[in-house]
Amino acid sequence: MLHKPVDLSELMRTANRGDAAAYRTLLEALSSWLRIVVRRRLERINRGPEDVEDIVQETLLAVHLKRHTWSEADPLEPWVRAIAHHKLIDALRRRGFREHIDIDELTDELSVPPDAESNAVGDCHRLLKTLPDKHRKIIEAIAIQGQTAREFANSIGSTEGAVRVALHRALKLLAKAYRRDEP
Amino acid sequence: MNTNELIDALATDTNREPSPTRSIILAVSLGSAISFIGLVATIGLREDLGAALYTWRFDLKLAVLALILALAFIDALKLVRPTGQHLPGALNSLPMLILLSAVCLELTLLPADVWHSSLIGSNAVLCLVAIPALSLAPLLSIFVAMRSAAPRCPMSTGAAAGRLAAGIGALLYGLHCFDDSPLFVITWYTLAIVPIVGIAAIYGRFWLRW
Repeated sequence: MLHKPVDLSELMRTANRGDAAAYRTLLEALSSWLRIVVRRRLERINRGPEDVEDIVQETLLAVHLKRHTWSEADPLEPWVRAIAHHKLIDALRRRGFREHIDIDELTDELSVPPDAESNAVGDCHRLLKTLPDKHRKIIEAIAIQGQTAREFANSIGSTEGAVRVALHRALKLLAKAYRRDEP
Repeated sequence: MNTNELIDALATDTNREPSPTRSIILAVSLGSAISFIGLVATIGLREDLGAALYTWRFDLKLAVLALILALAFIDALKLVRPTGQHLPGALNSLPMLILLSAVCLELTLLPADVWHSSLIGSNAVLCLVAIPALSLAPLLSIFVAMRSAAPRCPMSTGAAAGRLAAGIGALLYGLHCFDDSPLFVITWYTLAIVPIVGIAAIYGRFWLRW
């Protein structure tokens, strides 16, 4: 349950107007919720927690890259649930889970307090290495080294706009790498 | 990369793609324009198009094909979203029901000895070739638009793309074809449309995954 009520749909609408802080808040709230939901689902089918962060990251990436498929007139939560459901089933299939996957629509309360595991390292890092140099470097610089798009643009003598375009492309490639990956 | 770091990267990426509704409308317009030009440049429109508009058989043919197209369009717009649901099946079978009623009417209107010639028509083979050909550009452009969306079920979304593209192809071909009898339409148009939908469903299953 919530400490402070947050309207996730409103956060996403604000984010769509270009408010990066609202977007970050939204993604953080979603990742905490996803972490709990995914862990619970994996427990239910007797799988350990080692894949949790990986699936959380893949789902966040999908939420991000597919956010244009959410219509602002709709509530955000069913949309996020549908994406999480889709990605969870996908991730389990790739891990060779062929039995009937008994994951009903995710009904868990979406708003949860953050927990302590957000520093767990996902599989992203290994997949990142499969990306072309140009795209790998841009994700590493911005995500891991914490550079802004402008700082990275200056360091490679490019423009901020070009860096943002390349970053979007890089994230799409990362999502594709997840889909192709058979651990 | 931990999840907070990933969030840093996601929050920096401000590039949000256009809504699937917009992309699909654009794709339908583009694909239809290409096919229309293709139609006019090759087999052309039927010469008596103006006069045909005053016959119920021609109007009914166009209306049923337009209905197939419209229902597939609405379905496609819904299905490309993760929360997407089909239109009710009853609504989607409406074109076929209308066509079946028209067939019954046609059988009462026409003497039995011309049933056969109405069914075979004058252009059956062309119908089977031209409809898929005219559906091709719309199908490709719709698939490209759908690729950036997030369909809940890629296979039925592919089928909706097929129905939409085949609806466009059939409607355009209907502007050329002289065979307006419901007997002809229900036979040959259906035979041309069904494989397109089937192939699109199979392609969708693989190509529309996300």
